[in-house]
Amino acid sequence: MSDQTQLHIDGRLVRVKAGSSVAAALRIAGGMGAARTSVTGQPRAPFCGMGVCQECRVQIDGRRRLACQTVCAEGMRVETTA
Amino acid sequence: MSGVAIDACDVLVVGAGPAGMAAAVAAAASGASVVVIDDNPAPGGQIWRDGPGASLPPAARQWREALARHANLRVRSGTRVVAAPASHELLLEDAEGATRMQWTKLILCTGARELLLPFPGWTLPGVTGAGGLQALIKAGLPVEGERIVIAGSGPLLLAAAATAKAAGAQVLCIAEQASFASVAAFGASLVRWPGKAVQALTLADANYRTASRIVAAQGTAQVESVRLRQGSREVEMACDRIACGFGLTPNTQLGQLLGCALAGPGLAVDALQATSVAGIYAAGECTGFGGSERALVQGTIAGHAAVGEAAKARAHDRERARWDAFAAQLHRRFALADDLKALPRPDTLVCRCEDVPFAALSACTGWTDAKLHRRCGMGACQGRVCGDAAQFLFGWTPPAPRPPLVPVRIETLAGLAAPGDARQ
Repeated sequence: MSDQTQLHIDGRLVRVKAGSSVAAALRIAGGMGAARTSVTGQPRAPFCGMGVCQECRVQIDGRRRLACQTVCAEGMRVETTA
Repeated sequence: MSGVAIDACDVLVVGAGPAGMAAAVAAAASGASVVVIDDNPAPGGQIWRDGPGASLPPAARQWREALARHANLRVRSGTRVVAAPASHELLLEDAEGATRMQWTKLILCTGARELLLPFPGWTLPGVTGAGGLQALIKAGLPVEGERIVIAGSGPLLLAAAATAKAAGAQVLCIAEQASFASVAAFGASLVRWPGKAVQALTLADANYRTASRIVAAQGTAQVESVRLRQGSREVEMACDRIACGFGLTPNTQLGQLLGCALAGPGLAVDALQATSVAGIYAAGECTGFGGSERALVQGTIAGHAAVGEAAKARAHDRERARWDAFAAQLHRRFALADDLKALPRPDTLVCRCEDVPFAALSACTGWTDAKLHRRCGMGACQGRVCGDAAQFLFGWTPPAPRPPLVPVRIETLAGLAAPGDARQ
């Protein structure tokens, strides 16, 4: 098994340590890892880190999932709304 | 993907943290078929969360190995409970699909979440919970070279700081709201739990400050600085990240949905960890937070009790009492000061899902009023963050849980139809 995983975040190729969460990959992709835009237009990034607050929800391969509770997989396509 | 799978077991354990692991191992030793479901990517709960940034203690590895040793024990990670569509049955969802899981005995080990209180700037990217930061780092969040301020309350602040430092961050300050006298009394009491005293010494940090409060996180698009109040003076420091948590709140939603009674903030249990509902047990932080040692012993008792081994269960009574006493110390010494209710300003958002400010809520008469007229708690987290905050700030009773317990896919909701329909 490779010690790195490559995935796409908003179309951009990102390389992370194998076993990293998508939340970690968002941070590596840029800024503080914003995942979504709130109803009043604020950027939001992973907050509770354990699947409670839903701030890190993103589309992963076409399905809405939580970045903090999802492990990166090779070739995964992640779309944020940030 | 079509339809909803049907599965069954003798003992279903919800949650694979210390309590759930211990419960499953104790129950499996009897030969019963045991299923453990857990929301996280791997067993261990939050305290033993694995990942590229985690270094698991030997105990965590031993429990994980014990889970893997039993052929009659299955672990389903990445799985959430959606609803209880029928008696002795839970509807589950994972990345692949939905399952209706039938059980004879159920053990709730649903853990706790952080109490996250609103303060100005808490929605900025770069602000996380304290345990939240720890979980994110374990899962690979890079923090090397970052300047981090940790605030809130409880021993978790020191644990989060240790994790951040080990990952190469600079922890500028750990701001504990409890007084020096209170923290010192807690430290002195640890002589009764020597293992905990050793742990406390290894976590000691020169930048730990008592009687300190977060005032605000500041920045435009992300955190740039923090304001703290230390005693009577206010200080400002430049930083990249703020991790703030005010202790833990038991996850009681599933238990409440099943009709289990509460005792204080946690699920009520008897000497055998049985809840008020026949056939349902509860162990660990969902019965009131108290640490992993207490969770392990409660889980062991619940696992034995669920398979009818009351004598084996009762053999752990004294050990449980010892850790219950530790939990009582924690609650007493890190009790939240009343002035933390003044953290939010009128424009500080309380509900992060619907962006509802403090000013819009302070005039509401209660949770229902806030929900109906201000949309507070109507978003994706279903009030798990703002409900706890509103309980602390306004004394409102949190919302009664309703299915689906978590946001789910439409296909999964088909599992809520009559069993005959689901099997088509």
